[in-house]
Amino acid sequence: MYRFSLPAFPLDNRRLVGALFLAPALLYMLLLVGFPFVLAIAFGFSDVTVGNTDLNFVGLRNYLAVWENDIFRQVFETTIRFTLVSQVFILIFANILAIIFTQDFTGKWFARFIFILPWATPVSLAMIGWLWMLDTKYSPVDYLLLQTGFLGPNGILSNNRNLFWLATPDLSQISVIFVQVWRMTPLATVILMAGLSSIPTDILDQAEVDGSRFMRTLLQIKLPLILPIMVIALLFSMITMFGDMTVVYVLTRGGPVDYTRVLGLYSFQVGIEGGNLAQGAAISLFAFPLLLAMAIFMLRTASRAEVR
Amino acid sequence: MSILIWILHNFWALLVVLLLMLVGLRIAWRFQKYGLNRAELSYVLRRSPFYLVVLTFCFFAAAPFLIMFMHSFKTDGDLYRRPQPFVFRQDPTLEHLDALFNNTAYLDFIRNSVLVGIAVVVITLLLSLPAAYALARLTGPWGERAGILMFLVYLVPPTLLFIPMFRIVVLLGLKDSPLSLIVVYPTFTIPFSMWLLSGFFKAVPPELEEAALVDGYNRVEAFLRVVLPLSLPGIISTIVFTFTLTLHEFIYGLVFIADTSQRTLSVGVPTELILGDVYFWQPLLAAALIIAIPVGLAYNLFLDSLVQGFTMGAVKG
Repeated sequence: MYRFSLPAFPLDNRRLVGALFLAPALLYMLLLVGFPFVLAIAFGFSDVTVGNTDLNFVGLRNYLAVWENDIFRQVFETTIRFTLVSQVFILIFANILAIIFTQDFTGKWFARFIFILPWATPVSLAMIGWLWMLDTKYSPVDYLLLQTGFLGPNGILSNNRNLFWLATPDLSQISVIFVQVWRMTPLATVILMAGLSSIPTDILDQAEVDGSRFMRTLLQIKLPLILPIMVIALLFSMITMFGDMTVVYVLTRGGPVDYTRVLGLYSFQVGIEGGNLAQGAAISLFAFPLLLAMAIFMLRTASRAEVR
Repeated sequence: MSILIWILHNFWALLVVLLLMLVGLRIAWRFQKYGLNRAELSYVLRRSPFYLVVLTFCFFAAAPFLIMFMHSFKTDGDLYRRPQPFVFRQDPTLEHLDALFNNTAYLDFIRNSVLVGIAVVVITLLLSLPAAYALARLTGPWGERAGILMFLVYLVPPTLLFIPMFRIVVLLGLKDSPLSLIVVYPTFTIPFSMWLLSGFFKAVPPELEEAALVDGYNRVEAFLRVVLPLSLPGIISTIVFTFTLTLHEFIYGLVFIADTSQRTLSVGVPTELILGDVYFWQPLLAAALIIAIPVGLAYNLFLDSLVQGFTMGAVKG
């Protein structure tokens, strides 16, 4: 049957409304992320400082200077080491906790509140707590170790009364990694919980009917099904961690010497505190190819797993 | 006041007693309900390792906060003279809390954080509500691509952008003003809330909109009158998490604002309550804890909703 139709009213047009709805947000992001990003690259090729705002083209000088800088090499290595090592622990703990918190048990609400606190607290404020916990002289952790005979004269760990958590090369790195794991595990857990709760219940019911026990259901059904989500969780926490400078800014300022200096902090110290905007920008840009590669790799893995 | 002193003096004992009491009551309640028999006993025994694991994790998560709580009330003499962190040798005092609120810029920090947070939430909602709806319903493959692009932008860390952003802020004359943060924070809150909101919008049955369209609404009206009211719980949880994202932000706040009275909480507390090498420990720890508790409660309240939005946004996206 032939139907006479009026020209569609613009607000009924799906694609037009879609474009109109999306445009403001995209524009905002383009202006305030795209433009600064291009500017960051331009800074890298220039000699701009806080005092001198002229952009003079200096070619690859900044990038070469940064790349040949021994401190930068060490900072880059430290950043990667922190990121990788912490991810291992985060994934292990997050998996355990996600399984715990997708079950029902007495006191779950309160337990969840406690466990979420490290993530809910603004990072810089939570770090104040750890700064005191790991204090050189007054650390409550040291006090406990002292009382239990691990520290002090004839102590098992050290004859000293303190371990100097944030002041020795090895221990400061371990401390920073521990604190990062402490604060990022809840985020990964929440993402994994989303994955676990999205498993269709009929699959789990069927498994139960077939007599599958808890461990078997977990290993052969749940874990394979949430693998793509696990990749997303990994992506999130790796990239957050790679770009983070707050933890070390509050805890150690990169010390002792350079042992806990990470890329973001180094870029801040050179670019803002040192006033050399050009070199600061060049330093942080070295992170970009790595971040992009991580993001693309993980998104691909996630989508491929979904198809299967 | 004297009750507070008594509680603090017996803090750890009270904590343990409270915990044991709760556990005891729970087990007693089970026995009362199912009878005290062998099967019940073995059930309780089988279940206890699970609770031990939960308790261990909780302990590690809570340790710094417990210490923060106790130390907020310690006198200087008690805090620094021969460390004895777990007991009070001098009566607890409220003088440091008093000092925090009356002698420092803490209230200014709170005010700035709240103002910035509210402004950012408003901007974010105005821009991301329609955009998220477009992603969820209106656009085809290119919309999906735009969505992935947004996701990637969300992953660009502030450490990559703060230097050029700093220049732009200076050029705009916004240095040392919270306005700079209000302009810049939406760059990470918009992608985050778009993602979450599109998850909530997808959960609204499309038939409802179709019905509205048949009834003579246009697309925009259908969005405003049908989809928005139905996803209100999701929108509220998006507001909460957007607000806390701004509360968490550190780097931009540190770089853009040098003026003490204009700083936000996350930057102000760790930079302004530490003068050179002098740490005002009790006010510092109290300042951190006072923020941590309400934010933690908000997170816990809206966690299920976040998980749901995330599931719809990511898994079924």
